[in-house]
Amino acid sequence: MTTVPISDAKPAPRRGGFRLDPRYHPPLLVSCILLAASFTTGVVESPLKIALAIAASIVTEMGLYRFSTGKWPNVSSAYITGISIGLLDRSPFFWPYALTSVISIASKYVLRTKNRHLWNPSNFGIVAILLLAPHAVSPLSIQFGNSIGPMVVIWALGTVIIYRLKRLHICIAYAVSFVFFAVIRAVVNHHPIAAGIAPITLAHMRAVFGELKPAVAAEIAPITGPMYQLFIFFMITDPKTTVKSRSGQMLVAFLVAAVECGFRFMQNVDAPFFALAIVGPIANLVEIYWIPGTARKTVDTLVPVNGARA
Amino acid sequence: MKRRDLIRLTSAVCLGAPMALARYLDMRCADTGDSPWPAPNRPAGRPGALSRYGFAFEEVSRQAGIHFTHQAPSLDPKLNPIMPIVASMGASVSVVDFDRDGWPDMYVTNSATGSQNHLYRNMRDGTFQDFAAAMGVADLNPPGSGACMGAVWGDFNNDGYEDLLVYKWGRPMLFRNDGGKRFVDITANSGLPEHLNCNTALWLDFDGDGHLDLLLGSYYPQEIDLWHLKDTRMMPNSFEYATNGTRKYLLRGRGDGTFEDVTEKMGLTSKRWVLAAAAADLRGTGYPDIVIADDYGVPEFWANDHGRGFHEIGSQVGIAARPKSGMNVCFGDIFNQGALSIYTSNISERGVLIQGNDLWTPQPGTSGDNIRYQDIAETAGVGIGGWSFGAQFGDLNNDGFQDLFLTNGYISASPDQNYWYDYSKVAGGNSSIIADADNWPPIGGRSLSGQQMKHAWINGGSGQFVDVAPEVGVTQTFDGRSVAVADFWNRGVLDVAMACQCGPLLLYKNHVTPDNHWIKFDLRARRSNRSAFGAMVKLFWDGQQQIQPLCGGSGFSAQNDRRLHFGLGKATKIEKVEVRWPSGETREYPSLKIDQTNVLEE
Repeated sequence: MTTVPISDAKPAPRRGGFRLDPRYHPPLLVSCILLAASFTTGVVESPLKIALAIAASIVTEMGLYRFSTGKWPNVSSAYITGISIGLLDRSPFFWPYALTSVISIASKYVLRTKNRHLWNPSNFGIVAILLLAPHAVSPLSIQFGNSIGPMVVIWALGTVIIYRLKRLHICIAYAVSFVFFAVIRAVVNHHPIAAGIAPITLAHMRAVFGELKPAVAAEIAPITGPMYQLFIFFMITDPKTTVKSRSGQMLVAFLVAAVECGFRFMQNVDAPFFALAIVGPIANLVEIYWIPGTARKTVDTLVPVNGARA
Repeated sequence: MKRRDLIRLTSAVCLGAPMALARYLDMRCADTGDSPWPAPNRPAGRPGALSRYGFAFEEVSRQAGIHFTHQAPSLDPKLNPIMPIVASMGASVSVVDFDRDGWPDMYVTNSATGSQNHLYRNMRDGTFQDFAAAMGVADLNPPGSGACMGAVWGDFNNDGYEDLLVYKWGRPMLFRNDGGKRFVDITANSGLPEHLNCNTALWLDFDGDGHLDLLLGSYYPQEIDLWHLKDTRMMPNSFEYATNGTRKYLLRGRGDGTFEDVTEKMGLTSKRWVLAAAAADLRGTGYPDIVIADDYGVPEFWANDHGRGFHEIGSQVGIAARPKSGMNVCFGDIFNQGALSIYTSNISERGVLIQGNDLWTPQPGTSGDNIRYQDIAETAGVGIGGWSFGAQFGDLNNDGFQDLFLTNGYISASPDQNYWYDYSKVAGGNSSIIADADNWPPIGGRSLSGQQMKHAWINGGSGQFVDVAPEVGVTQTFDGRSVAVADFWNRGVLDVAMACQCGPLLLYKNHVTPDNHWIKFDLRARRSNRSAFGAMVKLFWDGQQQIQPLCGGSGFSAQNDRRLHFGLGKATKIEKVEVRWPSGETREYPSLKIDQTNVLEE
């Protein structure tokens, strides 16, 4: 998920007192979510599986980075990738957690052009494992007890931290777009009877809204679940795999929601992951090849930018 | 090769190799038959299955005179858009020898208003005849009375004849068996609750007083009348941690057909969405513990405090690790080590929701109050079973190891249209959305985990099971709910009866290789409850031991033959049988003959 390049989030200058390097905010937030999930609702299904995902992610990162550069990497982004996979993968088996992590990290080193990897690593890994192992893996869709409390906590924490990283506009753009498309899906899929039988009056509007209310609730339901909290705050905001301009980022978020809407019309339960896996790299390629001056500069063109190193 | 190329190659291998490995491992998990690799040497027909696996099934319900089709209830019209989901249970089968003629009979519930339950009497010639109407236990779904969900048999008055409890969405009904000649409805003064949305019931003697007690577990909240809803907020408020479930009933039997509600007194206070339960002495205390499979939550393990109460230790023993959609509880000694494993069933749907079923096996070195379970379902090969419902252990090929039969399939409608997308959309939403049936998109004619292949897993004895269902003739894909095993033809083999929602009652006649031997025990209690529910029978033979509990209900809405069946493989004699009776007495029975049913008296 989110990897923090130094070009996007430089360590804050010390002005006295303790200030945590912004690069560690996302790992901290993900860790908080993990701990909150574990201790409040006891919903972390298997700490061992999450530990395995984290370990596989870090080991792969260390191995490939060391092999490529002869140096040791900062593993904070691999740590987040591991936690994210541990939370977003759902499987009774252990092996998908390890393999998704390895695939995710390895993708950074292989699927790249002009010094940038194209896919968000965990997004690529999860999409790959969902396509390759549908009998053994499903995406997280249900967790945190379907209750409002954890959602509020995640949104509050996420908002603060992502705001400090100056990427909250991406989250808002996506959430608003999702709701917009949810209403469209509700109207298109559910054809309110009242819409076609009465002139447009207040009573008529109420009737239409009354008929549509359950359908809208059903279409909006996914974004009230935990998968979307993680998706919104960490996957689509990944500085390494999003375009640079603020307006471009918001446009990409909108397009992700739009493509996701298309997948949802096709009744695909993995819609957000697939949408980001399609829109994300296309947006990056457009930026890299058609918008000058956006390719990031690194010392070694084979190695992903790594927060603590480059 | 330049270093740069070497780095590229290594990275590519690190990406490609795990992807190929993931694909390979996934195909090993596939239970839908869409593997790109050919099935290894699948035997053709019954002779092939017999020679390779030692048994083969033949579905004979029609030939046996069984013409039963379950009908689902129609609830409040407000639920019409998702009626197949809400009214998705009620098909059940329970085995009993109600007339004590030595041949197992079957009772099957129906659920639509006006539909009839059937009591299939074994005519000893391979056929069954419905005696339900003649015996007074057919017309149990009259208008306004609710819908039958299942039945369990137990001799509450210790007269030697098994009595009948029918549990419903409505008031449960109790029938006294008068000498196998007729059934008398004694519900009115029994002390059974006035209204429940009950989906599981057990006969057990939790305090060892010699009188059978009852456990009733409900699904929808007790206060809801499913035919007259006040509003549509009657669904679970969470898919994994629902908190709007309902209470259980633990009813202490007085031996005369009346019961006292001791639920609070005995500490059974949780409120959950219960779908299945079974009881057996899992900790060696001499008293039955209760394992409950809950939908929308973790399973419960109620430890019996020597008949003085229960306390819940699911987390402590390890089975309450993950919230799933529990729909089955059954026990089996899968390693022949004298310890019972617990099998609970859940949901696995390709690419959508992979909960996996659980096979909880005692960790080595743990027992008694310190017992701990570990889930070995995935390594054992019994984890992925579709939308699983009822399951039962039983030695299907008499090789001396307990096999596992699982039925599954939720809603089979149009095979080309799937409701899973809408289901997952709502199930993952906030509690205010999921709890209101009005927010659930209409299912229409779509399927939801329908047309699923059943599973007949044979146990190799080393903790590895292999699914041979299609090879041994289990090819029907109705929406299975309830499975019961019994030797219906008294041939020394375990046959399988399977009740299907909105479908037929299937009867799989088992053909087993004659090379393997067997022994069966018919327990006749005297001091204990006459049904001997709670007895633990341990058989020693050929350097092995296997324990089986006698349960007053297990699986999902099911009850097996009361006679306990043990396969012996090639062994031609046994060493001894040890029975721990519910009264606490332990007795050994040496020198029993094999290949026959032995009556064991307390």
